[in-house]
Amino acid sequence: MATRTATIDAAPLRTRPTSLWRDAFSRLIRNRLAIVGGIIVLTLLVLAVFGPYLAPYPYDQQNIDQLARHGNLPLGPGVEGHLLGTDALGRDLLSRLFDGARISMTVAFVVQAVVLLIGVPVGALAAWFGGRIDQYLMRITDVVYAFPDLLFIILLSVAFRETFFGQALDGLLLIFVAIGIVGWVGMARLVRGQLLSLKEQEFVEAARAIGVSDFKIVTRHLLPNAIGPMIVAVTLGIPGAILAEATLGFLGIGVQRPRASWGVLINDGSLWMRVSPHMVIFPAIAIALALLSFTFLGDGLRDALDPKLKGKQ
Amino acid sequence: MLGYIVRRVLWLIPVLFVVSVITFAMMHAAPGGPWARDKKLPANVVAALNHKYGLDDPIPVQYLTWAGNLLRGDLGPSYQYIDRSVNDIVAQGIGVTAQLGIMAFLLSIAVGIPLGVIAALRHNGLPDYSATFVSMLGIATPSFILAELLILVFSVQLHWFPTGGWRTPANWVLPTIALSGFEIAQIARYTRASMLEVTRRDYVRTAQSKGLRERTIVVVHMIRNALIPVVTVLGPLLAFLVTGSFIIETIFNLPGIGRFYVLGIAQRDYGLIMAMTVLYAAAVAVLNLVVDVLYAYIDPRIRYS
Repeated sequence: MATRTATIDAAPLRTRPTSLWRDAFSRLIRNRLAIVGGIIVLTLLVLAVFGPYLAPYPYDQQNIDQLARHGNLPLGPGVEGHLLGTDALGRDLLSRLFDGARISMTVAFVVQAVVLLIGVPVGALAAWFGGRIDQYLMRITDVVYAFPDLLFIILLSVAFRETFFGQALDGLLLIFVAIGIVGWVGMARLVRGQLLSLKEQEFVEAARAIGVSDFKIVTRHLLPNAIGPMIVAVTLGIPGAILAEATLGFLGIGVQRPRASWGVLINDGSLWMRVSPHMVIFPAIAIALALLSFTFLGDGLRDALDPKLKGKQ
Repeated sequence: MLGYIVRRVLWLIPVLFVVSVITFAMMHAAPGGPWARDKKLPANVVAALNHKYGLDDPIPVQYLTWAGNLLRGDLGPSYQYIDRSVNDIVAQGIGVTAQLGIMAFLLSIAVGIPLGVIAALRHNGLPDYSATFVSMLGIATPSFILAELLILVFSVQLHWFPTGGWRTPANWVLPTIALSGFEIAQIARYTRASMLEVTRRDYVRTAQSKGLRERTIVVVHMIRNALIPVVTVLGPLLAFLVTGSFIIETIFNLPGIGRFYVLGIAQRDYGLIMAMTVLYAAAVAVLNLVVDVLYAYIDPRIRYS
């Protein structure tokens, strides 16, 4: 204590007390990969929001007359002013990739919202009440965990595709639910684990002693203390959601056409691979960038928020 | 240990029960039925077909019938492949699916572990960066994209391997690589991290100061210990291989059981879907159990009770 006072006296301006978040932020911006990831994520978000205004063409506009001038084949990159070429119907690939970014980012964040909405209450209930409630909830998560994710997502998507629910929002609503409903288990386990150790600490005892209600203790004291690992889990969960959506699109059971999810674009392109490989390559690069950038950002956040874990998986 | 295995095996029963109930309920909650064709069948034909296959029974009765048949080893009829039972379809395809899975798993280990070990031994050197690059590629290219790119390069452009089928070993190459790409990346990542961890351990320093040969230290002291945590991720990875296989089977048009899955759901081929879901879920659960037992076996510090 004494030395600390002395330091402050000596340099009153330079040693501001650093908060946990400021500390973490300064560690994060020193991580080059995480910054690159963060920049790409931001770019994708901007494209998702403003894509339709930035895109050179509407994503579903067919330029048949241009195709006719080039032997009715998909236009290659740069032909007729299409920077990344077109698909077999003359739709501008860059514009379609922008719409794909909109779909991917929407899925990424809405699915994580679903995951938080189910996972956090389940985990918190299990940890706070313990005993039988804990046991039942954890058995449920065990069973959901045992269900092979992709099988369940595909089952839901195919089975309810023709219904009103399956058609809503171009099929996106069904995708949110299908992917979110298998993803919450990890979050529930994480929250439970965090809360179990937090609830033994003295500040909880203190809050209880002054008569704070159970609900307030969990929401005001416990969950905010577990927010770091939750942010990391959400960020690292996003690539999984993007991948699942792309897989559904590729299998032809995702978003409804003419919407252009990246997976749908690859599926379209695979038919034209011999003559127009650009139709597969550009969407593949888009997916790769999205998956990598969220993974880098998530890894960086984990190292920044919990330096003890640095270098471990 | 035996008690632990028995309990885990018993736990499989409720899990598979719930999985099958959920699948069954969802399939029947979905609109449409197995007889919805492009050309609409007359109502009396549909009624007769429903009666023949017991689809006019109440849903719980249908479930019990299905479960009872399953316990006798009968997976029921297929509604799309009228002349074949689900047993036939599974029996014909499971060999291919299993072979693909095993080959992809072995390839993942054979490439992933050395990659991780070399990366850690030459930490921050060129091999490390190359290995990191490969594992990044693995994470960034999901199996269906890897499959498409492999076909594009090695079938369409170079004509080295066929684009599909399963008859000769040349047919096996691309599907196996496509399926194992992601696992190779993951295993390499875990192995590298784990190797770097043991490098700092006391027993490695002791071995070095005793003047043991570099090779002995790496093989006997480092790799053996570093692989222990890697085994824990093999379970989830195996599950990923199992469920990933049907995408690969669809792309390469392999005669396994996986390609029937998406088609079966779309066609409301109830028996086929139920069989596949339960089979996949059981495979994943059993593989996880095997990995957990293996874990205790190779790491004497782990004791299940």
